[in-house]
Amino acid sequence: MRHDHLITSKQLSRPDIETVLDRAAEIDADPSAVADRHANTLLGLLFFEPSTRTKMSFETAMKRLGGDVVDMGSVESSSVKKGETLADTVRVIEGYTDALVLRHPKQGAATMASEFVDVPLLNAGDGAGHHPTQTMLDLYTIRENAGLDDLTIGIMGDLKYGRTVHSLAHALTNFETQQHFISPESLQLPREVVYDLHQRQDGTGIKEHESLEGVLPSLDVLYVTRIQRERFPDENEYQKVAGEYQIDAETLEAASDDLTVMHPLPRVDEIAPEIDDTDYAAYFDQAHNGVPVRMALLDLLLSDDRGIRGETDE
Amino acid sequence: MSDDHDHHDGNDDHELRVSKIRDGTVIDHVRGGQALNVLAILGIDGTNGEEVSVGMNVPSNRFARKDIVKVEGRELSQDEVDVLSLIAPDATINIVRDYDVVEKHRVERPDVVEGVLSCPNAGCITTGDEPVTSRFTVLEDGVRCSYCETIVREEIASLIET
Repeated sequence: MRHDHLITSKQLSRPDIETVLDRAAEIDADPSAVADRHANTLLGLLFFEPSTRTKMSFETAMKRLGGDVVDMGSVESSSVKKGETLADTVRVIEGYTDALVLRHPKQGAATMASEFVDVPLLNAGDGAGHHPTQTMLDLYTIRENAGLDDLTIGIMGDLKYGRTVHSLAHALTNFETQQHFISPESLQLPREVVYDLHQRQDGTGIKEHESLEGVLPSLDVLYVTRIQRERFPDENEYQKVAGEYQIDAETLEAASDDLTVMHPLPRVDEIAPEIDDTDYAAYFDQAHNGVPVRMALLDLLLSDDRGIRGETDE
Repeated sequence: MSDDHDHHDGNDDHELRVSKIRDGTVIDHVRGGQALNVLAILGIDGTNGEEVSVGMNVPSNRFARKDIVKVEGRELSQDEVDVLSLIAPDATINIVRDYDVVEKHRVERPDVVEGVLSCPNAGCITTGDEPVTSRFTVLEDGVRCSYCETIVREEIASLIET
């Protein structure tokens, strides 16, 4: 089926995902070929929560396609402060722009907003829900470094509140992957996500662990996320737990030489800086991939024959 | 289908505790203790003058105890019946006209319920001031918010919008 919006990674089939990644690879190889492709196109940026990478890479992507952006700015300086609903805000900005990017603290915000607009809407994060454009750049990075089939991936850190994790785990069920989820017990995957993963797979491809040690040698990719201080009642508790989910050169001695280490960034101290210059580190490339991947998504959603649609789909 | 509306039931003695109605709906075989939730789902609180009779925890052939709800002057729509299935999956609906049961059917679980339950997740977009109607998909063993995807398996009746 054709997707006019990008709300969750769950909506995308394997052919849909491959269409996006293939388009991103084409653009990555020759960005100048699309430099004017979306001239006079305006993208509306609606960020109700702070963002650096996602917002800037969307802005860069739209400008590299020849278009421009209009930005709502911070919530404090907008009419939202006066009590305007999200439904009203998106309907107003829709009239100014050709597509919308939305980040909002409430889960389901993008789903609801998409019901009020006709222009393409891209979810740039809805609370602890989904972050599908991050997932597309994560998949792009995994495909470049390790391939998406016969993949063994460890996903570590805050799996409970990490929306990048939820989106990525869903998307990976389209491929032949073994997913290991490594986290403290208090930050395990939400039962909703586990439910969905088991709906998609027979369960053999999904395992939960509290320690990295046992699975590290088998991993092709280790995807690290930040454990946030505010998830813990006190500093001591946080330090005790967080320390067990940090990696440095010594940790990686047990890993395969081909291991790819990823992180959606920003990191604090989950990955020691000494890893940055090793062949393991892919997190800066991963962040850079946000531009060609978001260019591909915007291009697909804004083209005349618009919508994300896998080639073998109906 | 068993035929135990109060006009024909072998349990007449018990069910006569609840008066017969002339025109309206009798919701029978509600699980014991759920009658008030049935009324809540139907938005019946007595303020509109409806004539309502409720029997709670009355002996039943099918269950040890059941509840029964009779609403005078109101025939339930299919949507209302569908929603009832979430908390009263075994209920039978009797439509009564001039003291006769003219229609009798079992509830069926719908695929989706809209505008009936409120999402228990405080972080869900539907819990704010947005002009959006709640929507839940019905799972085999619970319901799931179509917006934030929260799954609720227990105490679904506590989510009924009031």
